Amino acid sequence: MTSLNTIGRSLLRDDTDIPASPSQVLRRASSGGRWLKVIRDIQPGLVLSWFIMAVVMLWALFPQWFTSYSATVGVARQQLRAPSAEHWLGTDALGRDLLARIIYGAGNSLTGAFVAVGVGLLVGTTLGIIAGSARGRIDGAIMRSVDVLLSIPQLLLSLSIVILLGFGIVNAAIAVGITSIASFARLARSEVVRVRASDYVEAAFGSGGTFSRVLLRHILPNSLTSVIAFAALQLGWAILTISTLGFLGYGAPPPTPEWGLLIAEGRNYLARAWWLTTVPGIVVILVVLSANRISQSFGRARA
Amino acid sequence: MTTAITIKSTSTDVSNLPVLEISNLAVGYRGNEGFQRVVHEVSLLVRPGEVVALVGESGSGKTTTAQAVIGLLAENGRLEAGAVRLNGTDIAGWSQKRLDAIRGSKISLIPQDPTSSLNPVKTIGAQVAEVLQIHRQGSRAEIDARVIDLLTRVGLSQPVLRAKQYPHELSGGMRQRVLIAIAVALRPALIIADEPTSALDATVQKRILDLIDELRHEYGTAVLLVTHDLGVAADRANHLVVLKEGRVQEQGPTAEVLASPRSDYTRKLLADAPSLGKTRSVSRSISPRIHGRDDAIVVENLVQDFTIGGRRDVFRAVDGVSFTVQRGTTHAIVGESGSGKTTTVRSIVGFQKPTSGRIRVDGIDVMSLHGDTLRRFRKTIQLVYQNPFASLDPRQTIFQIVEEPLLNFDCPPREERARKVQAILDRVGLPQSALTRRPHGLSGGQRQRVAIARALVLDPQVLVLDEAVSALDVTVQAQILALLDELQQALGLTYLFISHDLAVVRQISDTVSVLHNGRQVDSGFVEDVFLRPESAYTRELIGAIPGQRKPTGTDITRSMGAER
Repeated sequence: MTSLNTIGRSLLRDDTDIPASPSQVLRRASSGGRWLKVIRDIQPGLVLSWFIMAVVMLWALFPQWFTSYSATVGVARQQLRAPSAEHWLGTDALGRDLLARIIYGAGNSLTGAFVAVGVGLLVGTTLGIIAGSARGRIDGAIMRSVDVLLSIPQLLLSLSIVILLGFGIVNAAIAVGITSIASFARLARSEVVRVRASDYVEAAFGSGGTFSRVLLRHILPNSLTSVIAFAALQLGWAILTISTLGFLGYGAPPPTPEWGLLIAEGRNYLARAWWLTTVPGIVVILVVLSANRISQSFGRARA
Repeated sequence: MTTAITIKSTSTDVSNLPVLEISNLAVGYRGNEGFQRVVHEVSLLVRPGEVVALVGESGSGKTTTAQAVIGLLAENGRLEAGAVRLNGTDIAGWSQKRLDAIRGSKISLIPQDPTSSLNPVKTIGAQVAEVLQIHRQGSRAEIDARVIDLLTRVGLSQPVLRAKQYPHELSGGMRQRVLIAIAVALRPALIIADEPTSALDATVQKRILDLIDELRHEYGTAVLLVTHDLGVAADRANHLVVLKEGRVQEQGPTAEVLASPRSDYTRKLLADAPSLGKTRSVSRSISPRIHGRDDAIVVENLVQDFTIGGRRDVFRAVDGVSFTVQRGTTHAIVGESGSGKTTTVRSIVGFQKPTSGRIRVDGIDVMSLHGDTLRRFRKTIQLVYQNPFASLDPRQTIFQIVEEPLLNFDCPPREERARKVQAILDRVGLPQSALTRRPHGLSGGQRQRVAIARALVLDPQVLVLDEAVSALDVTVQAQILALLDELQQALGLTYLFISHDLAVVRQISDTVSVLHNGRQVDSGFVEDVFLRPESAYTRELIGAIPGQRKPTGTDITRSMGAER
């Protein structure tokens, strides 16, 4: 055995002592240089995006930390006040503090977004993986139904589902999630088909791998990265769509603070109190942009 | 210093000004790790009508040098220092706009990849006409006539028809001819040919190189030939410039460099280059065949049909291939692209069901296998793929990759698996530190070692090597071939070696089958097939191997090989 092992060693020549990777070479450099590189690699946009997401998450989890006002009970004779030291973002027609409503609304809007993306991710990706790995008739059947789903206008579809399921945040989220199943299924299928055709998957089958094992060990890990990046992207889209449903009155019932609903309610006072629509709108835009930026960073890490 | 020698040796036949003179050229790229210089103080001369070959492995800076000459460096590349004199004028600092006037007319390029170098939505005729339109405002009719003339000149049949066709309707060799037509259209003083035939089959390669030679004689054009193939350079060039890591290792007249290489690197390149001069060591020649006694692989009358388009059209990819491989020997399947060699091995490995015929591997009838029996059969035969960049899962560590086949069968305990993986890694000459790395941290040669380790970890009887060394540089190729040889002697493996490279085949295999359009046109012992080929096709293939024109060169190679 030992004599055989030396055969390999005797063949160790220049192609085996190439430095491992640029990062290893870097590690050998002084620690000061390393910190310099870390600082240089910071992307301000990405940091800001994570910061916004973190703040919104905290709003959703612990709204009482950020405001002492109630989100649902108005203060008498304080209606439609402009932003001031007392009410940073002003008050609405019932005298409720707008900032408090935005902060308490984060919980509802984010829950909605996560449920929506969860439904789409779970159902859509499962369908896509089944279609991509089974191929043949099962693939055809699944993908044609997905095409049918795609052919119905998304807003119309979610409105019909909300009417079927009943009003409410979670139902609206499920409705939004169902409309995104098609996109998830198509993406997951195309990724699975791509990975399946690669040499390393064939090599895994060639070394005696069973189908389920190759699926778990190679196909899923290599195809899910872009699905996850897409899910982050969908998060922004879901907040937007749930807000749309809320705006149309298909989301949360009125006293509940929810971003889409806030925009809809403020619309009646646009001339007198512009901040009631504008500020929640800006918050939605910021969160959506942050989600997109974070999703982009996932996508880039893959490449 | 080497430049001086060049001048002296050529001054006898050509006394006028060099077409191209590069002096102390330095080129760098801006990347994530800052500015990195990849070409250092490269100097060379190209005289009128001369072919100068720029030889080196991947990453040696040969393409960068060529791109710098014609002003086509990538966005992040910068010509830092040095002069590029074209007919005595320094064009190194010229703007793109100024270079446009000379590109195509004074200096032109034959690119490497004929597939991606032509515009898919324009006809061939329009693309050849473009260069004429840019540089000379001849009338439409004149240009059209000139295009047909050029297409005829580069040897395309039915030039009038070809001019109206689109690139996808032409084969790779025909596309390369079109690119050559574009390059010679304005009779430039210098043509830069950047690996002009690397993407082509051997016989097509020879015809294209012959064409470049012919046109050069006719037009008196000088050629700067960029190539990784020392054989091609030896056959075609008057002068060799050997590059390594962006520095000139050696330059001089071809015959001189081949006969008495001065740098160690050139000597190593010569020794590693596969050539017809090298054959398997005599001691390992196989015993006279006792038929059917100890055959690892028996293939009889293999036929593979594929349906194309509808259900009616049948394409026969493999048509009646038969061969046997004795245990412990190497059988090579040789052929050009589309000859059916990959289809044949995929049937043997059990990835597809042949239409008819018989395949026995290690006594097992492969065609009767399915489901779990087929899975068990994988222990007997393993495949090593051509491209080590695609055949390893990028997300796994090397340990996971090599360990995986063990998990698929009786799955020994953890410590035993670790021990086995370490032993096999040692065997293929990889350091233990590689275990925790991922494929992207390894070089091409190291990756191919990992692929071989993965194939060997199950102790298979037969190893199928599908172009397993074709994507590697010559020195790395030589190392992998040596490793395969050692492993075969140590473990008694049987190899099925698929290749388009006859020189490599001659070096490593005992028996050979030559495939052409799905049919087996020649087969038998390597010596017999190479010395007394039965078919005209095999003779053509052998004739097309580069590196045969300079007998002195091959002699040197042979003696070098023996010394080693």
